[in-house]
Order: sequence, then C-alpha cells, then structure tokens
Amino acid sequence: MDNWLDLDVLVKKVKSGETTSVSLVEKAFSFIKKNKEYNVLISDFESDALAKAKEVDIKISNGEKLGRLAGIPFIVKDNFLTHLGFTTAGSNMLKNFQAPYQATAVNKLIDEGAILIGKANLDAFAHGASTENSDFMVTKNPFDINRVAGGSSGGSAAAVALNMAPFSLGSDTGGSIRTPASFCGNIGFKPSYGLVSRSGVIAMASSLDVVGPITKTVADAGLILDIIGGQDQLDGTTIKRDSSSYTLNGNLKNLNGVRVGVVTDFVNEDLDQKIKERILDTISKLRSSGAEIVDITIPSIDLSLPVYYIVCPAEVSSNLSRYDGVKYGYNDSTSTNLENYYLNSRSKGFGKEAKRRIMIGTYVLSSGYYDAYYKKAQQVRTKLINEFNEAFEKVDFLVGPTSPTLPFKIGEKSDDPVQMYLSDVMTVAANLVGIPAVSLPVGFIDNLPVGFQIMAPFKADKKLLDFAEFVEGIK
Amino acid sequence: MSNNLSSSDILKLAKLSKLVLSDEEVIEMQKELSQILDFVSKLSEADVKDIKPTDQVTNLTTVLRSDKNIDYGYGLEDLMKNVPNRDNDFIKVPRMLQES
Repeated sequence: MDNWLDLDVLVKKVKSGETTSVSLVEKAFSFIKKNKEYNVLISDFESDALAKAKEVDIKISNGEKLGRLAGIPFIVKDNFLTHLGFTTAGSNMLKNFQAPYQATAVNKLIDEGAILIGKANLDAFAHGASTENSDFMVTKNPFDINRVAGGSSGGSAAAVALNMAPFSLGSDTGGSIRTPASFCGNIGFKPSYGLVSRSGVIAMASSLDVVGPITKTVADAGLILDIIGGQDQLDGTTIKRDSSSYTLNGNLKNLNGVRVGVVTDFVNEDLDQKIKERILDTISKLRSSGAEIVDITIPSIDLSLPVYYIVCPAEVSSNLSRYDGVKYGYNDSTSTNLENYYLNSRSKGFGKEAKRRIMIGTYVLSSGYYDAYYKKAQQVRTKLINEFNEAFEKVDFLVGPTSPTLPFKIGEKSDDPVQMYLSDVMTVAANLVGIPAVSLPVGFIDNLPVGFQIMAPFKADKKLLDFAEFVEGIK
Repeated sequence: MSNNLSSSDILKLAKLSKLVLSDEEVIEMQKELSQILDFVSKLSEADVKDIKPTDQVTNLTTVLRSDKNIDYGYGLEDLMKNVPNRDNDFIKVPRMLQES
C-alpha cells in the first residue's frame, strides 16, 4: 500500500472508520522519514499533524459531520503563508519569517478537514525551473537522484511522487507547477489566472502568478480546485468560477466532436525525438477516441519566452522592493545608517537569481529602455492573447509537451541562466495569456517521466479537467 | 539593439535596485545580464504598431470590497513579531543621516 488512493476514496474510508486520519498521517511521515535524501521539505509538523488527526478521528467516532478532505494530510510550497512554522520562500531573506496570517487556499483546505503536514522546497522566491536556486538545498528527482525535480514547485511535486502526501499545492508563474509535475510524473494543474486566491502567497510576478494543485489523478486535481477556486475578498484579482463544481466523474465518454490542436511550434523536427514519439502516440490515441486533430501555429509563440523574461523580472523587481530588512526578513545589524542598512540587508538576504531578476527588471523599467523592452513586451503579450483566441476558435484544446527535455542532471544548467530560462519555453505562454493548462504523465523514457500539456481557453477550467480526465484514462 | 552592458551600467542598475555588488558580482552580472538582454532582444523584430499593451488578463476594473471592517484574524503583535529591532510598539532603524 505504497501509493495513495484517490482522495474521495480515502475520505470515505476515514469517514466510515475503515481507516483513521492518524494512520494516514503516520503513513505520510513514514515516507517523509524514508526519503530525507531527496531534500523535499523545508519544514514538517509531525506532532501537530498527529494531534489534528486524532481530533478528526474522535469527531468521526462521535458521529460529527466533517468536510470533504477530512483527515487527509497535505503539503504546500513554502511560499504559502501558514500559521505553523516559518514561511521562507526558499530564501535566506525569509529564513526566520513567521507569517502573521494564513493563505486563503490553505485555509480553505483546512476548513474541509485537511491536515497540513509540511512545507516544500522551491527555487528561492519561485525563481527557477529546477529548485537549484533554493537558498537551502536542491530537491532531487524521485526517479533519478542525480537529476532535478523541476521547479520552482519541485518540492511539492517530489513530495507527491514520493508518497509524502496524496496531494500538494504549488504556484505557477511561468510553468512552476507543470514542469515539476512533468519531471516527477504527477498531474500539475495551472488554473485560469485569478481563479484561485493568491492572498497569502508570496508574490513573484503578479500579472502571471496562479495557485494550483499537484496530484496523483486528474479527479483529485478537480476536487482540490473545487475547494480552493473562486472569488476571495482578500484578493481583488480573483474571478468568478466557470463552473459551480469542478469535481469530476468521467463526464466525457468519447472525444467525438472534440477538436484538438497540436501546437506545431513545439511539436516539430526540433523536438527531442523520444519525447516527440510519446507525444505523437498520445495524440494518435486521442484521434482513435474520436477527436479531430488539427495542426495549429501560434505565430508569436517564439516570442513568448522573451516577453516572459521581460514582464516577469519587471514585476519581480517591483515585488521584491518590499524587502528592506525593516519590518521582517534578513537584516544587517552592522549597518550604521539607514541607506547602508537597506543595501546590506538586501544584498546579503537575496541570492544570485533574485538579484539577477531585480537588476533585469530595473533595467527594462528604467527610463530610456521602458518603451523598447517593457512596453513592447506588453504589446507582444496582447498579440499572443489575440493569436490564442483565434486558435481557440478553431479548436477546443491545444496540446504538446510540457517540457522540451526530460529531467536534466543537477548542475547541468545552473551556470547558464539563459539555458535554464529555455526550460520554460512551452509553459510561459499559458501564464502570459492567462489560460488554464495541465501537465499529465504519458509514459516514460529511460525510466524518466514525460509530461503532456493541454491548454484550454480562459475560464474553461472545468472543460479542461473533463478532457484531461479522459486523456488520463486512455494513456 | 546592442546589449553589452558596461561595469558602470551595472553599478548604476545596482544603485537603482538598492543592491551592492562585489567586484566579482559586477563582472558576472555584466556577462549574464548582457546575455539575457541579447536573448530578449528578439522582441525588436516584432511588429506592434497600433497594438495596446496588456497589463493584466482578467478585464476586472476597480474591484472594491464592501465598506465594512474585516477581522483578518491577526493583531499588532502578530505583525511585530518579525520586526528585527523594536522599541515597544515602534520599529527602530539606524539613523538616516551620518553623524558629522
């Protein structure tokens, strides 16, 4: 009984007394302890979690009505503010930060009876595609300990793959849920921009950041989205739900009438041959299930990465300006005047990649360069949105690989920022356009998982989940 | 676009960014930032005539909450516990001006 059962089955078992929440939490910690060498969690809360689990079990034996995640352990990326422990964002800057409040998404899960058991490693401030930019440690790939788990939500994805919890939460600014899900063989769901509250999630690039689940099945992702999705008065950017429910029950029986667009800008002769075979194999199964397969070109998609690496650092430089060592965060007690205090606190508290992004962001926003870089990037972003809208007039979904590569070796790209940025080439467009996207595993190459990415129109999250559930079933 | 940043460009950017860099970091940043700018300069080819910039994708405008006091569930002490240097309910910082 290594693998976790589907969440709805687990909850039924807990509620019926067939199993206990305590035994689920104990199981989670047995995997956490067994897999320390993978550097997955920054903190964990065993005694607190067991106490909460006991409370759940007592309530159940007393016949009390409990929520939809009663007694289920879960893990969140350490950029979600939580009452328990520290919230570090994987950075020395926030190494000892105790959050004064808790993220809305975390609150909603806890309100349904879920039990927070730990916080997962990430690239510091979520800047990266491998967790190698964490100021603390590199998370290792569950399928090959010499390789990266992907990033920035690498800890969240590795945790689920290593059975440390049946699900986790991550954040996705340019692929940070989907890439690690692809590298660790999980489902990683990036909702439409604004569908899940970001209140209490440490901001990276605010026009791109979304919160989403990493799970073992698409149905589990639907259940979690059903719980965390929707408007929140603490986050003015949240949107109305596109569906009253995101829970799934095999709605789609076949793909007759479903139009699937293959993004030929990604699926072409340049794509790694083995990855291409897995992707084309999945596409041919979609065709034999009744889907109409159409080739789609997004003319500006080759500019999505340059746009991203202007818009993202610009917003990063703004969001990270709040770290001045005064109210919280790393502070340099040796400075004797305020200016040096700011300078030294920031320079010692931020790691390399954060500094790089602050500098690039400051450059593209500075006078003389603003029009050539930032404004131009925003204009090309509009073009991309228009081109995706046109594509979605022809097809219901767009598909391709999640990542251009299999999980790479630790250290392989960490000395070359541009090579690392190229890891995001297939994922950033969904963030720039705001549309929902999911990565799901479609087999292995040399014992390493391959992720299949599906994108859908803005606010078509429910449709995307229904389709993904079908794809999961035929793979 | 030529994207070779000089060391004085880097120092100016660091100043704007409220960062101090070591000599090694300046050299490293010069190389890496120039590479990154080369990479994004592909954008100069794009034709964006008459295209409006996108700031955000939701089309929401001026979202207001109801004008009621919300209990956020935390108080002054929850906020002050992270303050590195405090004097009762005040936050202390080093002096702004150098002593002459």
